[in-house]
Amino acid sequence: MSMTPAILQVENLRTWLSGSEGIVHAVDGVSFSVARGETFALLGESGCGKSMTALSIARLLPDAGRISAGTVRLDGQDLLQLPEAAMRDVRGSRIGMIFQEPGTSLNPVMTVGAQIGEVLLQHTALRGSAADARVLELLDAVGLPDPKSRILEYPFQLSGGMKQRVMIAIALACEPRLLIADEPTTALDVTIQAQVLDLLRNLQKKMGMSILLITHDLGVVSEMAHHVAVMYAGEIVETARHDEFFRNPAHPYSRKLFASLPDRQTRDRSLAVIRGRVPSLASEFRGCRFADRCDFAWDLCKNTSPDWSAVESGHGVRCHLFSEKKEVPDAATTAFASGAGLSAACGPMHPETGMPLLAVDDLKVYFPIRKGIFKHVVGHVKAVDGVSLSLRAGRTLALVGESGSGKTTVGKGIVQLLPLAGGSVSLGGVDLATLSGSDLRGRRRDFQIIFQDPYSSLNPRMRVLDIIEEGMIALGVGGDRRARATRVEEIMVQVGLGAEMKYRYPHEFSGGQRQRIAIARALAVEPKLIVCDEPTSALDVSVQAQILNLLRDLQSRLCIAYLFITHNMSVVEYLADEVAVMYLGKIVEQGSADEVLHNPQHAYTKALLSAVPRVEKEAPIASI
Amino acid sequence: MIAFLVRRILYAIPILIGVNVLTFLLFFIVNSPDDMARMQLGQKRVSDEAVVKWKQERGYDKPSFFDAQASGIRKITNTIFFEKSVPLFWFDFGRAEADGRDIAHEIRSRMWPSLAIALPVFIVGMLSYITFALLMAFFRATYIDIAGILLCIFAMSVSGLFYIIGGQYVISKLWNLVPISGYVGGLNAWKFLVLPVVIGIVGGVGASARWYRTIFIEEINRDYVRTARAKGLSEWRVLFRHVLHNAMIPILTGAVVAIPLLFLGSLITESFFSIPGLGSYTIDAISQQDFSVVRAMVFLGSVLYIIGLILTDISYTVADPRIRLQ
Amino acid sequence: MNLPFKPVILTTDALIFVLFAVVAISAWYISRHQHLLAPWKKVARSRSGMIAAVILLVFVTVGLLDSLHFRPVLPGDAAVGKANYAVDVMSVFDVIAAPLKRKQEKTYSAPLSAYLFAKETVELPDGSEARVFPRLTYGGAHLKDPATEQTPDIVKRIVAGVAIAALAWNILLLCVTFWLSHRHGHSVRDTWSAIWKGHTEMPWREMLVTNGVVFLVFVPMMVLSAGYHVLGTDKVGQDVFYLTLKSIRTGLVIGTLTTLVMLPFALLLGILAGYLRGWVDDIIQYLYTTLNSIPGVLLIAASVLILQGVIDRHQDWFQTASERADARLFLLCMILGVTSWTGLCRLLRGESLKLRELDYIQAARAFGVSDYRIITRHILPNVMHIVLIAIVMDFSGLILAEAVLSYVGVGVDPTMNSFGTMINSARMEMARDPMVWWSLASAFAFMLLLVLSANLFADAVRDAFDPRIRGRLASPGFLSKYLPATPGR
Repeated sequence: MSMTPAILQVENLRTWLSGSEGIVHAVDGVSFSVARGETFALLGESGCGKSMTALSIARLLPDAGRISAGTVRLDGQDLLQLPEAAMRDVRGSRIGMIFQEPGTSLNPVMTVGAQIGEVLLQHTALRGSAADARVLELLDAVGLPDPKSRILEYPFQLSGGMKQRVMIAIALACEPRLLIADEPTTALDVTIQAQVLDLLRNLQKKMGMSILLITHDLGVVSEMAHHVAVMYAGEIVETARHDEFFRNPAHPYSRKLFASLPDRQTRDRSLAVIRGRVPSLASEFRGCRFADRCDFAWDLCKNTSPDWSAVESGHGVRCHLFSEKKEVPDAATTAFASGAGLSAACGPMHPETGMPLLAVDDLKVYFPIRKGIFKHVVGHVKAVDGVSLSLRAGRTLALVGESGSGKTTVGKGIVQLLPLAGGSVSLGGVDLATLSGSDLRGRRRDFQIIFQDPYSSLNPRMRVLDIIEEGMIALGVGGDRRARATRVEEIMVQVGLGAEMKYRYPHEFSGGQRQRIAIARALAVEPKLIVCDEPTSALDVSVQAQILNLLRDLQSRLCIAYLFITHNMSVVEYLADEVAVMYLGKIVEQGSADEVLHNPQHAYTKALLSAVPRVEKEAPIASI
Repeated sequence: MIAFLVRRILYAIPILIGVNVLTFLLFFIVNSPDDMARMQLGQKRVSDEAVVKWKQERGYDKPSFFDAQASGIRKITNTIFFEKSVPLFWFDFGRAEADGRDIAHEIRSRMWPSLAIALPVFIVGMLSYITFALLMAFFRATYIDIAGILLCIFAMSVSGLFYIIGGQYVISKLWNLVPISGYVGGLNAWKFLVLPVVIGIVGGVGASARWYRTIFIEEINRDYVRTARAKGLSEWRVLFRHVLHNAMIPILTGAVVAIPLLFLGSLITESFFSIPGLGSYTIDAISQQDFSVVRAMVFLGSVLYIIGLILTDISYTVADPRIRLQ
Repeated sequence: MNLPFKPVILTTDALIFVLFAVVAISAWYISRHQHLLAPWKKVARSRSGMIAAVILLVFVTVGLLDSLHFRPVLPGDAAVGKANYAVDVMSVFDVIAAPLKRKQEKTYSAPLSAYLFAKETVELPDGSEARVFPRLTYGGAHLKDPATEQTPDIVKRIVAGVAIAALAWNILLLCVTFWLSHRHGHSVRDTWSAIWKGHTEMPWREMLVTNGVVFLVFVPMMVLSAGYHVLGTDKVGQDVFYLTLKSIRTGLVIGTLTTLVMLPFALLLGILAGYLRGWVDDIIQYLYTTLNSIPGVLLIAASVLILQGVIDRHQDWFQTASERADARLFLLCMILGVTSWTGLCRLLRGESLKLRELDYIQAARAFGVSDYRIITRHILPNVMHIVLIAIVMDFSGLILAEAVLSYVGVGVDPTMNSFGTMINSARMEMARDPMVWWSLASAFAFMLLLVLSANLFADAVRDAFDPRIRGRLASPGFLSKYLPATPGR
């Protein structure tokens, strides 16, 4: 591949985890190599084994895991053959690692300086003031502001981005030749993500190290990687140079990943979805692991595991379409029913002239700060400080902001889950903030909320039927028990679940299906407004596409208005009619999606938009 | 910090009042002073005069909570509750009902033998349990670990009484190493203290070591430990420098609250080994049904517990930089 | 018509029946819901857990048999038309173990001995007097010359016992194999080999072996009991084996009913404090901090003494001595319950605080679902696993606590059989030389067996339901209230 010999060569790596459902083949025969000074991205959705691959390389597997076969050569030396003591000399000095959660990856009770100094103590001869000077230098290099005073601070005193910078300083303290970065920016806000990625790129240039980047984010791959490998169900299914991969993704799975990305171009269409779910890695595979979900699979795929075939030099793929030299079918087969904007469901009312369904005026939500001997209130955290919004029936307003901006608090304030410190929330002309008790309960069927985490939003002890029915019972809609049961079945079909699933419990469903149940629960009371609080950010991109499609479809059929709370700009581009940008409890910019996204006025909006990593989709992809 | 201490001490007052009301209800309402007098003077054939006299001597002939006959503030102060409860706040415990000795004086002289057993048990115990638990954590998921856990479960399934009786029998009676029981003051006390201390430590090993092991394992599975390993640190260094410090936070919560209570000694150990400490004092009071002593010990125990709670919070700030008291 | 007996339902009996019914109904309900059954299946796969369960089952059977009480009719008066019933309350277990109960000696005798442990002055046929160990009235009474006959006789009985045990075990083995093969539709041969190769989902091999060991130990003991006192006799000549078996019920009652008594407090207050927060939380926290601040043993001791005083002053409330002793046992459970609910309450408060912020409860609130319904439908089912773990984990601690409390004199009634009273009366004999070790040893051994199996079972349950709860619930706080000087809480 590359002219210089690779720094890291992984051959046929197999890692097994023993779990409650038997042996999980988390990494099942993975081979790749990372060239010197380059960034190699391992791309895949959750559970595909990419993190286990990274941990196997550094031999840092959890207690339940064990490497059963393969070689991992770092500069030609097989790490898997080293005794543990020798491996410790490799970790931290020749391989540096950073992890996904900077918040939990640093020792909470040790100062930043001590945590960096520890690496120097372990691998270098630096001691005392020389070591201190090096720590300072490192903190400076990773761009931590005011490094002198930070040395004595504890991780809890730093923001998420700063913590990740400290992690990078730890990883790079001994100038390793290889940096393994496991989802380094997934837990960070998009503007911070841009800074951290920038920092990694600059350090790479300066120090000439190689990076093995583990990520699920095509955008990050597009910005960072020289070389890409796509992982699916424990295997690498495609590997290519960056340009080649983004110009011409070969594997049907890779293509689907591109096609399921929401953005402006796909705005008026449904997104492509991958049907079914990722197979369990505890099971035995006979054919291609993607066959059950592939649009192009034929008999051979179901029975014979595909071998590696070359598309071009340096571009390999594990797919029978290429080994059999079949014509790659034109992906136009996944054409879409047009969403076609608003349908007749919203009636003759013209969307531009009608009275807004939701009018939020000067909304304030404060949380008290207590202090002193009697814990009296000395001040307030102004989580939401004077937010005004308006939303018409059947339209989508995206409320965009980073963590801590107060956007979720706005959503909860609107659906009256939090006490308001001021302002009004009028829905259909009635101010909800002034209602109480049964008056408010009577109105609750008009507005509902969907949450981010599909795992905590469903009571694990209730059947799907009871979950969906609960709101109908509480609000007295849907008639008697019989009528309700019929209605529940209808809604379940509407959100794409089989009616026969109603007696099951949430744990039997995947994340995407759970989110469908949550949507069904909200729909059951026929609300006019649904507050969607990051409903897709916990989901993989292919599942996200399913949920976005569903939400669009429901809106056009039922004329529901969405207040869509998100930090994901591409979702905003795909879905929103109007956008409001929130920063530190206030709205800094508001307007139609076109205006805000294409001609941002506020500096923060501009920063936010420019920070989003872009996937350059080129012509061939659009045809999929 | 000051505000925190003041608030905690102010919060202690309603708790101590609550403790007093509760003990008062138990001792004087469920059991009237008449019943108490009869119990003390012997169940049967007690003349009414003797009962009245007994009550008068001890001030139990007043109304319980409220004296309608008295005037002004005396309506409240001239009651059993007030006279028996309020002086407790300045540690005036009064005299024992059975032998009339000054309770405060007894407590002062008896707390040292109690401490002489409880403190070594606490310190040596903590150290050995933590060591044992660290060893199990180091060898986690191996046969050594499993054997350690089984040993712990076995040890905590054995009655504490068995450790004492068995220890006395084997070490003192069969091997004649140390006296079975008794106590002398001064330096020679060690002969009498060794056995109860060792038994105290062994008696606690099962539950404590297993609990600490759980804490260690929970910490070992955290992300920062993976980071520490990724630095190339050895497993022992990871355990000592990273895991131990973080695990000390939950361990401290459990342990510090018990430090002040060490003064109270242990009921069972002290009575088995005839140590003249507060534990045996309490047990004697219970068997003699001497309620003024029991009440004094209850109050003292509550005060020490509250001090323990405050110390726990303060120790948090020492162990955990994230916590600042305000 | 006159019954030959009059059923007596003591307070603790009634509660045990209630508990039994609750367990049976829950088992039926759980068996019909896969998601509730799943963690139990995990328990069923745990080897140590199921071995412990087999042993616990033996104990529970003895305890239940000992809870079916009645008063037998007194002979003689039947003709009058109105039967008089004995003052002594018997249990079904007493009937089964009647031979043991009846064979009372004068005083101590060693296990399997044919002689008393104390010398007596007897008049010899020639008129002189001598101090000898006299023969026992029952133990080994069938022997003409114990010196030569005793050992062969004991061996014979043990062999017979082992044979019966082996037979019984084989029958059990066949029953289990047939049942399993019928249930899973495999051939008997396959099932048999699966069991012995350890390929079954539940650890049947281990369970059956445990059962075999139980048979091998207890059947010979029972056979021997026909002619001897297997574990000797105590000071007043009662059979120690019988006393030990009778103690089981007391231990089980304290271990289970105490938690049952405290559950409503802990559940209601814990959930209310966590869910409602605000002043309700303040009051409940104040309540349990206050209760917690009183040293546990002192509070228990004081309460027991005082309630004992009340019982003593109202002898007329009780018809029989058993009822009085039972009332004290029940009160002890109440007191232990009232003083020990704080730990679970705090745990449930914390869990409810966490749950109330979860999205599914927020979603319910967005529908305007009432607080009552949120608590019963959302919070309660999601904290039940904590309650369950608390129940099984407290069980063994309470049995140990009973022994200590009885030693201090604030435990069960001195006339009631329990491990604590056995130890308490036996410790006086420590100083005797040679030592009377058997009642002490029997009490400790049975208690150890019971507590150890309970602990192992609790471990399996906790691992299956919530392994992460260890740190919070497994703290030795509860035990340390009763055990001698344990550091930490």
